[in-house]
Amino acid sequence: MIGNIDFEGSLFNEFRRLQDQMDELFGDWAWPADIRALPRGSFPAVNIGASPEKVEVYLFAPGLDPSKLDVSLHQSMLTVAGERKVPAEEKTKYYRQERFSGEFRRSVMLPADVDPDSVDARYRNGILQVSIRRREASRPRQITVQ
Amino acid sequence: MATRTEVTERPSQDVRKQEVQRAREPEAVLRPPVDIFEDGDGLTLIADMPGVSRDRLNVRIERDSLVVEGDMQFEVPEQMKALHADIRSTHYERRFVLSKELDADSINATLTDGVLTVRIPTRAELKPRRIEVSV
Repeated sequence: MIGNIDFEGSLFNEFRRLQDQMDELFGDWAWPADIRALPRGSFPAVNIGASPEKVEVYLFAPGLDPSKLDVSLHQSMLTVAGERKVPAEEKTKYYRQERFSGEFRRSVMLPADVDPDSVDARYRNGILQVSIRRREASRPRQITVQ
Repeated sequence: MATRTEVTERPSQDVRKQEVQRAREPEAVLRPPVDIFEDGDGLTLIADMPGVSRDRLNVRIERDSLVVEGDMQFEVPEQMKALHADIRSTHYERRFVLSKELDADSINATLTDGVLTVRIPTRAELKPRRIEVSV
């Protein structure tokens, strides 16, 4: 079809199409949150909170053996790695198989003032809680303007 | 079995597998991921519900549905501000319509490290039975 190509219009349509694709990929981040909506590669889910003294990291990782977890802190990046084996039952018929199974590794950036010598990790009811003390704030430095 | 006024449900055709639609609730709800499988003896349902301890777990049968409900609990220090939150609700809930072949009165549930395992046996009279053929 020969005619005027509405260049601006088609550009806009392109943006809209991209938006739809993004929505499809990442889902609706607004409330309510769905624990299943996390894209693959995001096990376990993580929440991070901070108070003036501490940073608390909560990893939602049920059904793990805490002794087999690898928790490390390197330059304010916390990494938790491990494996969750979900045994595939023999002679059974599966109706749903939604739970995560396999190896995982999740890294999160924390505030720069976390003290790597003060890390405490606890596993309770399927939540791994990592508490890290923050270094005392250094005195603010005056910067003279030339 | 404890009963309570329940939100309206839309009944589904396929009994065992489908979940019942729930009416909209004002608070956000987490639907725990589940594995559901069956063998000759019955149905097993395993749900990930991190943060839920036994006293905050509520597993029950409502009419022909299995309802799995729980509340998360974890230590939150004073003056804590959220920096990042993948999870934004502390309430789990999910429903499953049960097949009539299951014996809902013999339900068994265990909770370990945030993993709930529910076992519902098939009604005894409906279990597959081998029939010996005599020559």
